[in-house]
Amino acid sequence: MSVTEHIVRPEDFKLRSRESVADPKLRGNFRGAMDFLIDKRAAQFPDNATFTLLRKVGETTRKHALSRLPDLLDQLEINLQRLGVNVHYAENSADANRIFLEIAKKHHADMMIKGKSMVSEEIELNQAMATEGIECIESDMGEYILQIDGDRPSHIIMPAIHKTKQDIAKLFSEKIPGATYTEDVDELISMGRSVLRDKFRDARIGVSGVNFMIAETGTIALVENEGNGRMCTTIPDVHIAITGIEKVVEKLEHVVPLYALLTRSATGQAVSTYFNLITGPRRVGEKDGPREMHLILLDNGRTQAYREEKFRATLQCIRCGACMNHCPVYTRVGGHSYGTAYPGPIGSIISPHLLGLSGTRDLPTASSLCGACGEVCPVGIPIPEILMRLREAARNNSDGADQALRGQASARKMLEALTWKAWRILYSNSFLYRPFVFIATRLRWLTPTNQAGWTTSRTPLRPAPRAMRELLAQRNKQREKN
Amino acid sequence: MNTALQGAAQTASKKPSQVYFFATCVIDMFSPQSGLDAVDLIERAGIKVLFPLKQSCCGQPAYTTGFSSDARLVAAAQLDLFPAPWPVVVPSGSCGGMLRHHWPKLFADDPVRLEKARDIAARTVEFSEFMVNTLGLDLSGASAQPVTVAVHTSCTARREMDNHHHVRRLLKQMPGVEVVVQEHESECCGFGGTFSVKHPEISSAMARDKVDAITATGCDALISADCGCLLNLNGNLEKRADILRGEHVATFIRNRLDHSSGSPNRLETSK
Repeated sequence: MSVTEHIVRPEDFKLRSRESVADPKLRGNFRGAMDFLIDKRAAQFPDNATFTLLRKVGETTRKHALSRLPDLLDQLEINLQRLGVNVHYAENSADANRIFLEIAKKHHADMMIKGKSMVSEEIELNQAMATEGIECIESDMGEYILQIDGDRPSHIIMPAIHKTKQDIAKLFSEKIPGATYTEDVDELISMGRSVLRDKFRDARIGVSGVNFMIAETGTIALVENEGNGRMCTTIPDVHIAITGIEKVVEKLEHVVPLYALLTRSATGQAVSTYFNLITGPRRVGEKDGPREMHLILLDNGRTQAYREEKFRATLQCIRCGACMNHCPVYTRVGGHSYGTAYPGPIGSIISPHLLGLSGTRDLPTASSLCGACGEVCPVGIPIPEILMRLREAARNNSDGADQALRGQASARKMLEALTWKAWRILYSNSFLYRPFVFIATRLRWLTPTNQAGWTTSRTPLRPAPRAMRELLAQRNKQREKN
Repeated sequence: MNTALQGAAQTASKKPSQVYFFATCVIDMFSPQSGLDAVDLIERAGIKVLFPLKQSCCGQPAYTTGFSSDARLVAAAQLDLFPAPWPVVVPSGSCGGMLRHHWPKLFADDPVRLEKARDIAARTVEFSEFMVNTLGLDLSGASAQPVTVAVHTSCTARREMDNHHHVRRLLKQMPGVEVVVQEHESECCGFGGTFSVKHPEISSAMARDKVDAITATGCDALISADCGCLLNLNGNLEKRADILRGEHVATFIRNRLDHSSGSPNRLETSK
């Protein structure tokens, strides 16, 4: 299986989602996995009032940090530099990859060991480094499975959730030298770990993501369960952390509620197995830790979301994945259908800023606006509301007060716009609407039997023989007579 | 009827003498009986129901699709139809949510309309909530014919209007009614307005799963307080030639009250 087979684009969402919906195995896998995660989370929040309260703290904390984002980034940068950390700002993916490459070249590194990082997926670091002859090795078990299969993550927390135990058993027996087929999960994991141990020793550079950055202390916080994150950030001589500019908070104490919300919402854990607080590289007299440390702060469209009040809440996200776990659309189409690093509801509101609306315009419409995502979001992002605003931006030119988004109005179709205009004229003038209802009910037998998407699984929509307004008038007249 | 009036008298102090009825475009044209049944139940409590004839639609279909300027004009055409300070009863959580939560946002930059929208929003009440909190009809004299009922709650009723308990509370008051709970009860039915035609395969998969879960309960009746969901579910049930049809909670209650002698509950079969 080659890597290219799995490269999908958000432009292909409709096609990919159609295929996924028709795949009973995939649907079964996702349904089972999501139900499991939903139950685990629910067990951590048995009392809705407690959740609501904690969420309010989380939301306020993130909003407060974002309201001071430029200042906090300045403060963070000063403190990181004081600690001896090299801070790089990357405008886009190409910039970020160039920075990685420069650091790798400086250290003559042809291999990097990676902890889990969705931002590195966003910039397609592995692919970019491969073209320069540098191998990036995934050390998170889920990511490692995908890498040796030439596959891609389908979930931001559980990247290999679309694979079964049997899939992985088969994969390992084929790809890991000397491995024999076993479906014993512990054995499988120890096989993967033994391969990775050597890589940790050999790597000059370790790469990690970041969950939170603390401006006041210059600390980066890393949440993980496998310990590979700690190894990536302590064993190699060079540590490169990459994250989005929005992840900064002011004080260490601000991390506390966010961490509590993150692990509970993501995997239903009260705490994660590892929680790393990294404050600068190895100091004089210390026995371990990287000798050189870099932090790459990626923009990649985030300032566009930041600029607009109605989209800013998008950046409150702490990447827990609860929105996708609870999304009936994600559950049915799986993560790959989206063709973006971030799938599901949060992906549908962040990707238009990262990639532009024209390529991602089908993502905001891929929601019944059921509100399950907004209900479980631990930092109170009004995801359904933002989806509607993006639908609007994709269909309308900027109304003057707002700056246009990248790809604004790219989904505007004359026919759709005219249809709604006709609807508006009909439904806002009662002297047109009333005769329309009268005629539509009389001519109900002329209703088309093929109503495109609606009749895929339903009988045609047909007006009733008489409208309620008529039946009510008849009834009232009858009563007067009696 | 007499028992119903007795119950109504208990809460008479809270009751308005008159209400507006905002039928919604779906009920007006596609499901008129649901609206008539809701009006009938309100009238049984001695309340006069006014149906403003110029009403059409709350504007939600365009609003959620990204055409809020079109939605705004349709919503604006409704703003002058409810001048007296009576409650505006809406037999749908979804449309009720549009009036209560989204109309004020639509007119945020138009002070005159905003005031009207806010006034209406404050008076908007979903039908089943109105039944429970204000009407107080005594349902204990309804038909005692045993019936198992599955309830589908619209996502807007559940998450935007917070009135998903009301239908269940009403059903609990009636003898002979056993409520069964389908798998993934709180999950969306897949309707979602234009989502159902923009992503028909995903929407259909959701609708199929929902109908599978409902029919697997072996229920005799399917009840919802939202005719949007019901169009979706009934269209799917009819396509698969299932005899079950969902009905509006008002229709179900009215039939149970009218057949208190014990005749079986009628399923709405008219197309």
